[in-house]
Amino acid sequence: MTDFVPQVFSLTRADLLAYAEASGDHNPIHSSDEVAAAVGLPGVIAHGMLTMGLAAAAVAHWTEGADVLEIGTKFTSPVVVPATGAAEVVIGVKSSTRTEETLTLVLEATCDGQRVLGNPKAVVRL
Amino acid sequence: MDQSVLERDFAPVGPWPVEPDRVAAFAAATRYEGPGVPPTFPIILLNDAMLAFLSEVGANLQNIVHGEQRFTWHRPVAVGDELTATMRIASLRALGGAELIGTLTRITDAEGTLVGEAKATLVHGGAA
Repeated sequence: MTDFVPQVFSLTRADLLAYAEASGDHNPIHSSDEVAAAVGLPGVIAHGMLTMGLAAAAVAHWTEGADVLEIGTKFTSPVVVPATGAAEVVIGVKSSTRTEETLTLVLEATCDGQRVLGNPKAVVRL
Repeated sequence: MDQSVLERDFAPVGPWPVEPDRVAAFAAATRYEGPGVPPTFPIILLNDAMLAFLSEVGANLQNIVHGEQRFTWHRPVAVGDELTATMRIASLRALGGAELIGTLTRITDAEGTLVGEAKATLVHGGAA
């Protein structure tokens, strides 16, 4: 549990559809170029909660599935997912703090070198 | 939005069963390979609670952007749980032409025990 190797996740449009189905969030900004453009977005974007879900997946990977006591983030920049190909989201750890009972991970989420989550953080039980 | 929405509980949403098939689909979609239920899975229930709130106050989902989301879990959510979400609006403030709505949702199980709390900031309207 000491090496927090950054986790890389590829997101395609099909992955956004799968998350929409799984979460029930069918907002068309996550599927339609026209709707995304109409509301001023640079393109179809991933659900913020999908990116946060990837962060939770990375935390589970690093901590071998430790119980999550807290997880949270701000959604600062959208992850734009192209019609063909994929966006690559990288989840890493900026810093970690350990007590006897908990591990706090200050996370970092980037796409194309740009930070997409604001102050993402998780606390797990050791 | 009217200040009268503040500091009162909206109607509870639930009980919502945590079903294994839905957990599996959500875990696959978020690449979660840990044991049990992903810690962000109850966002599905929270979305239902948010939609109920928006419809009650006459706001339109198209004008809402998710600004922030936090969960605190007192115990892990488990398959077979029947969860209920009770939302209240903790804060309301203007930012530019938009409105920041701070929500606080208590998530309880079938026994009424507090399982966790969720905090969200919703950005309503404006050019966000």
